[in-house]
Amino acid sequence: MKYSILIFDTPETASRFHGPEGAQYMSQWQPFIKALTDAGIYVAGAGLQPPDTATTLRFNGDKRLVQDGPYADTKEQLGGFYMIDVPDLDTALEWAARTPRLPGQAFEVRPNLIPSGKQ
Amino acid sequence: MKDTARRAIERAARDSRSRLLAFLAARSHDLAAAEDALSDAFRAALETWPRDGVPDKPEAWLLTAARRRLIDAARHAKVHAEATPELLAALDDAQSVTRDDAHAFPDERLKLLFVCAHPAIDAAARTPLMLQTVLGLDAARIASAFLVKPSAMGQRLSRVKTKIRDAGIAFEIPRGDELPERLDAVLEAIYAAYGSGWDDVAGADPRRKGLATEALELGALLVRLLPDEPEVPGLSALMLYCESRRGARRGPDDEYVPLSEQDLTQWSQPMIEQADRLLRKAEHMGRLGRFQLEAAIQSVHAQRARTGNTDWESIALLYEGLVRIAPTIGARVGRAAAVARARDAQSGWALLQQIPEQAVAGYQPYWALAAHLLDRMGRGDEAHAARERAIGLCEDAAMRTYLVRQQD
Repeated sequence: MKYSILIFDTPETASRFHGPEGAQYMSQWQPFIKALTDAGIYVAGAGLQPPDTATTLRFNGDKRLVQDGPYADTKEQLGGFYMIDVPDLDTALEWAARTPRLPGQAFEVRPNLIPSGKQ
Repeated sequence: MKDTARRAIERAARDSRSRLLAFLAARSHDLAAAEDALSDAFRAALETWPRDGVPDKPEAWLLTAARRRLIDAARHAKVHAEATPELLAALDDAQSVTRDDAHAFPDERLKLLFVCAHPAIDAAARTPLMLQTVLGLDAARIASAFLVKPSAMGQRLSRVKTKIRDAGIAFEIPRGDELPERLDAVLEAIYAAYGSGWDDVAGADPRRKGLATEALELGALLVRLLPDEPEVPGLSALMLYCESRRGARRGPDDEYVPLSEQDLTQWSQPMIEQADRLLRKAEHMGRLGRFQLEAAIQSVHAQRARTGNTDWESIALLYEGLVRIAPTIGARVGRAAAVARARDAQSGWALLQQIPEQAVAGYQPYWALAAHLLDRMGRGDEAHAARERAIGLCEDAAMRTYLVRQQD
């Protein structure tokens, strides 16, 4: 079963990326991804650039609407995600708890849709 | 008036809820129904006590109210209709015990603890069930501590209760041959709430956060309920020794402080003394066990507060005994760490390497210790790789930061 772990930042957590704390944090990612890979469960993942780099595309019928900025106008913004293939939600949560973190970040664990015809 | 009633209800909920529940469940053999009936009784108390005054015997009042509801519920549930006469008879003695003295109704919580850790119940559900029924913790709090989706935890707990009812799991204290094994399951379940012995290995990962107080409470309860089994005070001693160092585990900036660098003045002496007393009490009974050995290891660490140094030879010897009776991965890694301190890094490393790789793939303390020993043997590249693995598997942020700093 594949699970996506979505990492949510707030303006406060995003501001921590800069400076020594951010460097500390970033240096923890490589070992973490390696641990996922060694365990044979890593599928994919990416860290995202800040929300102000986003461009949002919407459709009103056939009419396109392109906007600057992220889709949701909320304090919490998606900062990155990774996907793992594990037997169950308990195991997914166990790994999610090991995710490198900054104070204030939240981690949403969501099962992927199972493509039809596959287990 | 209102305040008096509220305080009386709160006191009853705190002091007597689990005793009332154990008493009712032992008679109805239906934990979920007993919980519902007791909740109803507390709700009724919230309505009537502020109006009519607090009864002379609050517990007897609650017991009678809950008993009435249990019987009503059994009558309404047609499927269990045949059980009603039996239930009535069983609950009748509830009526008679409460008539005389509110505190005379027997404490059946030991039976409840044995039911919670019954072999027919999935080992992963035992501790959550204990925390909910004996201590009254809500499922959401338990779910957070065990890293489980709260709705899933709620479902698991109710499934387990259905099983207890449908399988007719007896509310009894195991006798004779059965006792040691059954008791071991109870002790395991309590210890699982405390978490693993974090301190004995460099880099141990504290799990089950936030339940240490609850585990200590369950341990102390078991010491009162089952005073003649040495492993019972053994477990309490073990948890108290670990708990005595809680304040010293983190520095001023919340950074991880390894056992060897802890400020000894921050160790809680009253807790250590209490643990010493419990361990002595256990030793007097003359039957050694896993928890006593683990407690003894921690007591050697605790002596550093008095003597200023750690007797690693003794610790290594105690681990030797522990591995012989309980060869868990944690014990084997702990032994390797102790032997490395008592003798040399090579001896510790040799012991580490005897543990099958498969068993330690996801076990963080193993990799933290491996990195430490490889460093000491001058094998820097291998140490780096092992430490990277320890960092990747780490759950505790302070510990992760500590390991990352060592990596540079």
